[in-house]
Amino acid sequence: MKLRLFPVLAAALAALSLAPAAHAQRAARPVELLNVSYDPTRELYTDFNRAFAAHWKKETGQDVRIRQSHGGSGSQARAIIDGLAADVATLALAFDVDVLHSRGQLIPADWQSRLPHNSSPYTSTIVFVVRKGNPKGIKDWPDIVKPGVAVVTPNPKTSGGARWNYLAAYAYGLKANNDDHEAAKKFVGDVYRNVPVLDPAARGATTTFAQRGIGDVFLAWDNEAFLALREFPNEGLEIVVPSISILAEPPVTVVDKNVDKKGSRKVAEAYLKFLYTEEGQDIIGKHFYRPAVSEAAKAKYASQFPAITLVTIDEVFGGWAKAQPEHFGDGGVFDQIYRR
Amino acid sequence: MAAIVSRLERASTRAAPRRATADSPALKWTLLTLALGFLLVFLVLPLVAVFAEALRRGVGAYLEAFQDPDTFAAIRLTLIVAASVVPLNLLFGVAAAWAIAKYEFKGKALLTTFIDLPFAVSPVIAGLIYVLIFSAHGWFPPEAQQVLFKPFAAASGWLASQPGFLWLDPLAYWFEQPKIIFHTTGIVFATIFVTFPFVARELIPLMQAQGKDEEYAAVTLGASGWQTFRRVTLPNVKWGLFYGVILCNARAMGEFGAVAVVSGKIRGETTTMPLHIEILYNEYLFVSAFAVASLLALLALVTLVLKSAIEWAHSRRHA
Repeated sequence: MKLRLFPVLAAALAALSLAPAAHAQRAARPVELLNVSYDPTRELYTDFNRAFAAHWKKETGQDVRIRQSHGGSGSQARAIIDGLAADVATLALAFDVDVLHSRGQLIPADWQSRLPHNSSPYTSTIVFVVRKGNPKGIKDWPDIVKPGVAVVTPNPKTSGGARWNYLAAYAYGLKANNDDHEAAKKFVGDVYRNVPVLDPAARGATTTFAQRGIGDVFLAWDNEAFLALREFPNEGLEIVVPSISILAEPPVTVVDKNVDKKGSRKVAEAYLKFLYTEEGQDIIGKHFYRPAVSEAAKAKYASQFPAITLVTIDEVFGGWAKAQPEHFGDGGVFDQIYRR
Repeated sequence: MAAIVSRLERASTRAAPRRATADSPALKWTLLTLALGFLLVFLVLPLVAVFAEALRRGVGAYLEAFQDPDTFAAIRLTLIVAASVVPLNLLFGVAAAWAIAKYEFKGKALLTTFIDLPFAVSPVIAGLIYVLIFSAHGWFPPEAQQVLFKPFAAASGWLASQPGFLWLDPLAYWFEQPKIIFHTTGIVFATIFVTFPFVARELIPLMQAQGKDEEYAAVTLGASGWQTFRRVTLPNVKWGLFYGVILCNARAMGEFGAVAVVSGKIRGETTTMPLHIEILYNEYLFVSAFAVASLLALLALVTLVLKSAIEWAHSRRHA
């Protein structure tokens, strides 16, 4: 006797798919959060996650495990849109978070007003790192376009820090040429002519400069600059503060669609709010980011940051929504000057 | 490396009787020095450097590197991926080689070409293909996967709720909320893509050279298909099969590019050993990075030793 297996199986499967799913008792898993962040925040969030897990345990008695993922800010945004199940996104600039709304429909349009200080718990800026004794005599922006000076900066298409680097150079170009945009473009073009290699993300650029010894000047987040000095004490690297730089505001957000699906909204929101507490701000300062809200943390870490004239993206470039397509979009200013 | 040295030795002993009539000793020694020098500079030194760097701060620091739960998770994931990929590619390789070597059919040349595709295509593209298909905005997004797998979720969920079948629960959970991209499943898929030629490539020429005569004889004598395969075909291709499996395994553990694209780089969850090494290196944890690298290199060395052993056993059988 031969049973006709296929129809029997198909019928069984069909019957089962109608029945309510019966589950084995699943052990309650500890809450898990995935923080998808940009490249240089690795150490910051490793430290911060530990503090938050302790805080959350004390508040609610619940264990929380926070997973981290790091990469170029633009590529990380892309991954979240492609389905990387981030509960919170902590990226290098507002535009990369904006695309989570505009291209992914993952967060509401008004995401940036949900947390204090434009949802940026800290600020940062761009400085120069040079080799021991500053052999090329680099003091300000004009020095890095001189022939024979190799500049290390990552690729603005994928890296957030690289876009701040570019905008800082452009802002200087405008200031030095009475707001003449053509002259500013030419200046930025000259900077990129001196770039031997474009790494995909900020940390890669740091290792290119500090570990592999490529380049004379490294355009870096100031937190990356301090970290490079601390991690390579024998290299004698030096920080040079240019006459003008840009105020970078890396924002954070809960990824609404993901937390609602996972049921992790409460802990995800608490996680981001913790960044604004005294404890959170102190950890931020300890890792060389500039605390944005806590006066105590600002005062405590003020001495480690050099005084520097900062312009904002809003006043010089009309905000990210305008600057991103104009400068970094396909065929934008960066493409024009990098091809030239 | 042992294999290459032994091959060189074999080559030199074979060349010996011809020495008087053909190549001058000077040429022989120049070539030998060149080959060994090249080997030393490009293979041995980097390998030594990996171990030297890993042990720079002593054995204690070296072992400490493996205490990190993320490192442990990376090793585990790498082993899981290899353990899933190798049997699947073994199955596919044998089936494909059998079909190509023993049957005549239309499109045979095309199939042979397709098997070589992963060698020709960059691993990054292999990864991107899966992103294109399975990502949230892909052709077969998670919502569609959920609908398709619903019957399986129900069936496996029911089965897992029966006494003694609790171990099926992860499978039921996966069917319920299918995750492919940025998940172990996607890493396994991408690794299958880059490693699938290895077994088939080893077997096809071997099976073709052996022809069908022995199988015909077996069938004539009344053997069933499975008996023919197990008693006649398999012993003939055994060594090629081992060799293919070993190469496939080595590549599955070491693949970087394709895995990097589909991984999402979630530490402790979707980072395999090669990805984890890069992360550690980029975090200035050089000792840890090289410690994990040395483990990966050790796995490769074991593979190589196994390969040489098989070659040796094989050559003895045919000597």
